[in-house]
Amino acid sequence: MMENEKDRHVLSVLVENEPGVLSRVVGLFSGRGYNIYSLNVAPALEEGTSHMTITTYGDMQILEQIMKQLHKIVSVIKVVEYSDIPAVEREMMFVKVQAEGAMRGEILRTVDIFRCKVIDVSPTEITIEATGDHEKLDAIVGLLHRFGIKEIARTGSVVMRRSRRSE
Amino acid sequence: MELTGAQILLESLKKEGVDVLFGYPGGAIIDIYDELTRYPELHHYLVRHEQGAVHAADGYARATGKVGVALVTSGPGATNAVTGLATAYCDSIPLVVITGQVATGLIGNDAFQEVDTVGITRPCTKYNYLVKDVTKLSQIIREAFYIARTGRPGPVLIDLPKDVQLAKTEFKWSDDAVSMRSYNPNYRPNHNQLRKAMEALKASSSPVILAGGGVILSNASEVLTQFAQETRCPVACTLMGLGCFPSSSDLWLGMVGMHGTYTANMSLNNADLIICVGGRFDDRVTGKLSTFAPKAKVVHIDIDPTTIRKNVKVDVPVVADCRLALEGMLDLLRSKYAAEEWENRHKSWLETLHTWQTEQPLSWQAKGRYLKPQHVVRVLRQITDGDAIIATEVGQNQMWAAQFYDFDAPRTFLTSGGLGTMGYGLPAAMGAQVAFPDKLVIDIAGDGSIQMNIQEMATIVQNKLPVKVLILNNTYLGMVRQWQELFYKHNYSSTSMRGQPDFVKLAEAYGAEGYRITDEADLEPMLRKALSSPNPAIIDVLIEPEEDVYPMVPAGAALDEMLLV
Repeated sequence: MMENEKDRHVLSVLVENEPGVLSRVVGLFSGRGYNIYSLNVAPALEEGTSHMTITTYGDMQILEQIMKQLHKIVSVIKVVEYSDIPAVEREMMFVKVQAEGAMRGEILRTVDIFRCKVIDVSPTEITIEATGDHEKLDAIVGLLHRFGIKEIARTGSVVMRRSRRSE
Repeated sequence: MELTGAQILLESLKKEGVDVLFGYPGGAIIDIYDELTRYPELHHYLVRHEQGAVHAADGYARATGKVGVALVTSGPGATNAVTGLATAYCDSIPLVVITGQVATGLIGNDAFQEVDTVGITRPCTKYNYLVKDVTKLSQIIREAFYIARTGRPGPVLIDLPKDVQLAKTEFKWSDDAVSMRSYNPNYRPNHNQLRKAMEALKASSSPVILAGGGVILSNASEVLTQFAQETRCPVACTLMGLGCFPSSSDLWLGMVGMHGTYTANMSLNNADLIICVGGRFDDRVTGKLSTFAPKAKVVHIDIDPTTIRKNVKVDVPVVADCRLALEGMLDLLRSKYAAEEWENRHKSWLETLHTWQTEQPLSWQAKGRYLKPQHVVRVLRQITDGDAIIATEVGQNQMWAAQFYDFDAPRTFLTSGGLGTMGYGLPAAMGAQVAFPDKLVIDIAGDGSIQMNIQEMATIVQNKLPVKVLILNNTYLGMVRQWQELFYKHNYSSTSMRGQPDFVKLAEAYGAEGYRITDEADLEPMLRKALSSPNPAIIDVLIEPEEDVYPMVPAGAALDEMLLV
């Protein structure tokens, strides 16, 4: 990864689920030159709302502007940034790896170590499902590279505040 | 009783207190125009180009403080409106613009005169709606007006497909305040922040109030003036703030920025405290950011949190309505800080500022056979005694108007500040004249800009609006020519406008009065004659062709690196 890890920010954005809301949010990022590393959108708990998780890179001043600009969008209800909040973060990924001959065994051992699942197999390829934080997924990709990765699909991070452990 | 979408729209506009619309019909909005003839209380002004409609609504809104309304058709009608929307968005002007759209069943089919209007206008509106269900129309209109005029105001667009205009439903209207979960602008200032601001002022020996357009938008001019007078704190304005503080005051420093006064710019550079009220530290104001106001603490009052710390480091942020914040500070001043010796506190600072004003006033060199534009604006100011609404185009004409007209009252200066839209002035003046039929409304124009929306002369004549257009005619795109002269080695690339029409004949062709002024002897009498006419008029003043606007801070330079006359 090129970017500085301390400039990585995960934003959780609750929005009114109205037509065009995604382009309002995405348009803000492109129009103001902020970058989106990953983006995940799906309906939230409450009917009529959607939940976006946006991973972005920027210094604190840029982050402050992003947060404020997101708030300013009329259809945005709530924005939370998780740097200083105890939270769980996960991402899911499919990786299709070239797997022939002796390589198959080694791939399967790697899959085991990372507690990944094999979800599709052909005579020449294996497709793996992996879940974890982005660092774990990056590590898996790093290890599988030498076998020959054919295709990757990642969901982008989702994040949730941890429950309080004690009263 | 069931009403059609078109009827619901017009009923809703009435409920919102609208009595003036600017617009242009077309196929996708014909059903609304059909109904319009049955609503005599809604006065519709037929413009000659949709851009003119939006600028006119904008001028109407700036002059009155009300929400301006424009009505245009789909496709090219909507795209022509985009410049007007972007202009209003940059300057935070409340508008509701209604665009016709092809029927919902045709949307996405590349139908005749179809464009993705909400897609195109999303980045240049505060919010926009595509109405697909007639039962939601009246609520959307209520929300649109609410969003346009509250918080940091701005334009809101409603895209209304043809079949929705024709669909029928029960008309329901609630007079309750609009409440939206995801949109709750904050008006009330945080008391602690106001105390910090007052403490900063108390500790300061060289403060400046920098007032922007937010002071006008929040109707805070009076309280700002009070506050400045009671603290003896000098005031400078951004272009958008002009008029919010009386230029006749001894605390007035003038406009800041690229063409700001020497004193205003030097005051920012030497201040130990800047209280920015309703401004956004635009690059034309700050010059080179890294050298901007090196000694100053900054108090920044703005209703939009995104403006705070966007460009300039802020020590005391106050997110609030400018008027409420200033009222809060004035209360504190009178209750907790009354014992401070405000009268003498900044005496030596004010003396320094007055010395600068005496040494480096706004000026020009009176030589050559041509009239000087600065002098023309000064004479206009004398004749009108400031009792006029001045609109401008964009470029040198705008800067000379801003520098030399000496504004004293809010909502008397209508100019495209943020976007810098040539062609804004004439339709904006028209909109202001509609709002104030008995006021003198003048568009100070250049010979380049005026032609960008000259077609609105026809609207002006048709509606007997006595708008006056003062063209400072130098046969150049003057501001670009000035940059070419100063920074591009006199390479006048595509800035000569030889081949201009005869503006006197053009005025007459439109049915207005035309005047041409070339000599000093004619200037005052002819201006008086033109301004006192009950008819619209174009006054074509031939000025020094290569006159420059000074002072000038070159783009990217520091404020104290001004080029002077």
